[in-house]
Amino acid sequence: MLLTAAGCFGLKVAGWSVPSRVLDGPVFRVAATLLPVALLSALVVVQVFGHGRSLTVDARAVSLAVAALCLWRRLPFIVVVVAAAAAAAAVRAL
Amino acid sequence: MVRRALSIGVAVGLYGVSFGAAAAAAGLSVPQACALSLLVFTGASQFALVGVLGAGGGVAAGVASAVLLGTRNALYGVVMADRVQVRGPRRIAAAHVTIDESTAVGTTAPPHLAGVGFWWAGLTVYVLWNLSTFIGALGAAAVDTNAIGLDGAVGAAFLGLVWPRLTEARWVALGGAVLAAIAVPLTPPGVPVLVAGAAVLPALVRRR
Repeated sequence: MLLTAAGCFGLKVAGWSVPSRVLDGPVFRVAATLLPVALLSALVVVQVFGHGRSLTVDARAVSLAVAALCLWRRLPFIVVVVAAAAAAAAVRAL
Repeated sequence: MVRRALSIGVAVGLYGVSFGAAAAAAGLSVPQACALSLLVFTGASQFALVGVLGAGGGVAAGVASAVLLGTRNALYGVVMADRVQVRGPRRIAAAHVTIDESTAVGTTAPPHLAGVGFWWAGLTVYVLWNLSTFIGALGAAAVDTNAIGLDGAVGAAFLGLVWPRLTEARWVALGGAVLAAIAVPLTPPGVPVLVAGAAVLPALVRRR
């Protein structure tokens, strides 16, 4: 936890203190803008379909579908999250 | 400008409840969840860490994916240092509240209001994010988190975070998802997320 804090804080400070041209190169810019997209997509897959070291489809897949529908309808973030939780809970209660 | 900063803070604060709940679902204690929000304070990285830990991944993999997700904050720092003049120790505070929301408000404000927007958004989000993490962790610690569907909500939170970027970077997103799916049976928990980082390589090579 402390390592995460130190790493994330270090990156923020780095951005504020280094001469702008060091971190402003095209390679760093592309990496910093695209890396979160790749990692977050991976987190979606692992969180929704992961089950230890295998992939499964269960109630969480229904959550994902509901979340996608909510996002497509441009509903607020908190609505998306609550609706997704409710969907998984409902499927499990059946 | 202040009202805009406050309304963003309130929206993010609500989302802090889901972080607190996700942390509890991953087995973190209430003080641990709160420490993450106080010290790390960058939502996607915090979700990544508890996501990897909750999936049974190692601490190293969790920290690595969290820090990689935080690289964009360095870029934000470069942008904001250019727009907002901050000297001395206040730079440290400015760095700590450099996140998606404060940068968004700071960069979209007219130049003379950039500092006001940045500080108000950053500090409002900081206070509400930490309060709501506490509430979420406390609430979730009291119930069976899977029965109320919290594991599904965490995936939804990740999708919500990446959603606004899907139009411009859909191939990177698809690549990351496919790489992760391939890596899940082949590597220990937590590593698939790091493997997915390779999805940005084609774009990097093309841009050189």
